[in-house]
Amino acid sequence: MNIEEIRQDVRTWLAANWDPNLDLIHWRELLADSGWGAPDWPSDYFGRDLDPQLSAVVDEELAHIGAIGAAHSGVRMLAAVTLLAHADHKQKQRYLRPILTGAEHWCQLFSEPGSGSDLAGATTRADLQGDEWIINGQKVWNTSAHHADFGLLLARSDWDEPKHKGLSYFVLDMRQPGVEVRQLKQMNGHASFNEVFFTDARVPRTNLIGQPGDGWQIAMTTLAYERRSFDRPRNPAAKTASPAPIYKQYQEELEIANEPYKWYPQRAGRVDLILQRANDTGAINDPVLRQDIARLHILASSAHWTAQRARAAQKAGKPQGPEGSLGKLAASHIGRLAAQVHTHISANDALLTGKDSPMEGTIAEILVSTPAGSIAGGTDEIQRNIIAERVLGLPKEPRFDSGPFRDVRRNTSKEPKQP
Amino acid sequence: MSTQFIFNEDQEQFRENLARFLADKSPTTEVRAQMADIRGYDPAVWSMLNQQLGLSSIAIAEQYGGAGFGPQELAIACEEMGRSLYCGPFFASAVCAAHALSATGNEAQKQQWLPGIASGEIIACLAITEHAPMWSDEDIRTTATSNTDGKYQLSGTKHYVIDAQVAEVIFVAAREIDGSIALFATDTGAHGLTITPVQSMDATRKLNTVTLANTPAERLGKADLPSLMDYVLVALSNEMIGGAQTLLQSALDYTQLRFQFGRSIASFQAIKHRLAELLLEVELAKSAAYQAAHCLAANEDVREHASLAKAAASEAYVRVASECIQLHGGIGFTWENDTHLWFKRAKSSEVLLGTPAAHRERMLHAITHGARAKARIG
Ligand SMILES: Cc1cc2nc3c(=O)[nH]c(=O)nc-3n(C[C@H](O)[C@H](O)[C@H](O)COP(=O)(O)OP(=O)(O)OC[C@H]3O[C@@H](n4cnc5c(N)ncnc54)[C@H](O)[C@@H]3O)c2cc1C
Repeated sequence: MNIEEIRQDVRTWLAANWDPNLDLIHWRELLADSGWGAPDWPSDYFGRDLDPQLSAVVDEELAHIGAIGAAHSGVRMLAAVTLLAHADHKQKQRYLRPILTGAEHWCQLFSEPGSGSDLAGATTRADLQGDEWIINGQKVWNTSAHHADFGLLLARSDWDEPKHKGLSYFVLDMRQPGVEVRQLKQMNGHASFNEVFFTDARVPRTNLIGQPGDGWQIAMTTLAYERRSFDRPRNPAAKTASPAPIYKQYQEELEIANEPYKWYPQRAGRVDLILQRANDTGAINDPVLRQDIARLHILASSAHWTAQRARAAQKAGKPQGPEGSLGKLAASHIGRLAAQVHTHISANDALLTGKDSPMEGTIAEILVSTPAGSIAGGTDEIQRNIIAERVLGLPKEPRFDSGPFRDVRRNTSKEPKQP
Repeated sequence: MSTQFIFNEDQEQFRENLARFLADKSPTTEVRAQMADIRGYDPAVWSMLNQQLGLSSIAIAEQYGGAGFGPQELAIACEEMGRSLYCGPFFASAVCAAHALSATGNEAQKQQWLPGIASGEIIACLAITEHAPMWSDEDIRTTATSNTDGKYQLSGTKHYVIDAQVAEVIFVAAREIDGSIALFATDTGAHGLTITPVQSMDATRKLNTVTLANTPAERLGKADLPSLMDYVLVALSNEMIGGAQTLLQSALDYTQLRFQFGRSIASFQAIKHRLAELLLEVELAKSAAYQAAHCLAANEDVREHASLAKAAASEAYVRVASECIQLHGGIGFTWENDTHLWFKRAKSSEVLLGTPAAHRERMLHAITHGARAKARIG
């Protein structure tokens, strides 16, 4: 199918089905069942097998008549991509539709106090008892866990295997007595991530994804997507002045679902604000700052084209691999440099947050949010290791953690000292 | 030009006493309490600091109740303040205001305020900045007009006035009828004077906007603003290297304690090299800050070295602060972990009194046009 045929199809479908007086979830159910909510997904699972490049026209048509699209924000897309790749038929049937309709929210339960970069060192345990896996342990830094219905859980099901082989991947129901979520406050004052404690939490056997021991492989799918999606905007705003209740519902959903991500644009450094700020402050005439601004522009543009180049390669059938790490590392450089340039443009005013502060505190928020970019989703150092070992094929670090996991040296419970 | 790169025994003793006191009285729980407090300091700790250690008196001349030490002891004090992130009006009162008064006031005026500042009983602050970050005559639009009875009135707006919220007296730079710049003293309760706290990400240092509307004031004397700034820059640079050292130590401690991949993360060469580079950067900046303090003590022209130290210390501090967060991983991004307290101080110090780029420019200007350049030519 070519672009114009698709455009015609989606137009016809929208003309027959879009109705701003529908309930939001109900509308999205129609959308999901028609395949137009995720046209690049398989046609067996709420999609239409369309080329991802072509599905942009669907968004255009939705926007054109003010129709609301499928839910895309938050961790749900990590869940969708992982389930599409590894879940069985029943699991896909059960979970993919409410992901698209926005009826259910997700979080990623990977990091632990003792294992972050070394994700495969997870010590949250999963023990099979009859038809249930019993989960005990703790996760940390879990974005949106306080809103989530389900978690993508990486847990250890076998302690005698080497660390990467003893992990399994589960879909965990967050709304159960054995799961306790505590919000954590960040240095930028927001509280978007959490600690999650499991005390005999239960996962039905049918919620194991793949086979026992496949956890690490499956987690790689989730992480590769997370790293690749670093340069994509997350918060589509509903652009309409219509009073129809569906828009109000949509706004409310965005407010709740996007609340943990409110500061995410700032964490990327807000390159988009640089020229405006430079013009407003007169910094655009400062020869030193001009050089910095130009350098940032070059970095951001070439990173953008690198991402496009990777997508084009993917489209041409070249395998997608750890290239996402390049984009993520570039994003860290951009965030850091942008924060520095913003600091110098705003000078004395850079840290102000109250009224009369530049852009109502946005600049200050950039400065205290960009440090997250080079940590979340795998640190810069880990991206460099991946690039060095998996892209460049350089020799691996000598390992100190092979053999059965129960014998591997780990963090003690000693509280790390603060500065 | 002479140099002195190590402190003598008395100076080191002073440092040790102060460090011990601050570790005891200004732990981060206390810093956090003061961040949330509108005054931003604990009067009980402040008076102990002054009674037991004579802290505010160090750089004030003996005839005005001071200890009569010089810029080097002041630098030590600032370094320790920065190291512990002590929250109190030391920088505003005992550094900025005391020096400005000593440099511009007449005998009676010094007698009037310096002993109180030296004992910590009077908190003073200095209001110079208006629009430009760096102090210069051109930036001063606040006006001073004199009545027939020799009394003065000030009108204008001052920005980024540190600790005005707790000060009793403010020394204000204003333009006189003849166009020259002088300092004036006014009570914070004076007619037409308002102090508005400014919200900043760095709550460890309280900033205010001070507006003056025909506010009665007493004239101190003509002010050389760039020279006043040089002195303050030297103090600030030393404060910054204190903070940078805390963060470096914290990164060293944490990376040795934290295990990933079956080994301490400090054992990865990528991390070791980074820490080695950070040490290099901090030590270079420290030499610059000490050298600037020494230069002040020796009464040498300090412009070049003051700006050099500010540029070097700002960059080292900010770099070490962001690396320290990075090396902590997720925990470094939390409110609960203390790293962000220093990170925010590093960022606010970076822009206080001019960005590193502005100071590199100022340093070069001093090299090519300053007193030493003239001496070289002539
Ligand atoms: C804003 C934010 C959101 C997050 N959201 C989620 C989420 O939703 N779900 C989730 O599971 N996790 C989440 N995380 C956690 C994140 O993935 C981890 O913080 C990250 O992987 C680092 O792990 P760590 O914090 O344990 O740091 P550590 O792994 O302890 O790292 C500490 C330092 O050591 C370095 N290091 C470690 N190993 C090496 C090595 N081999 N070579 C060189 N250097 C090394 C690291 O780069 C880092 O600088 C989030 C984090 C942030 C900041």
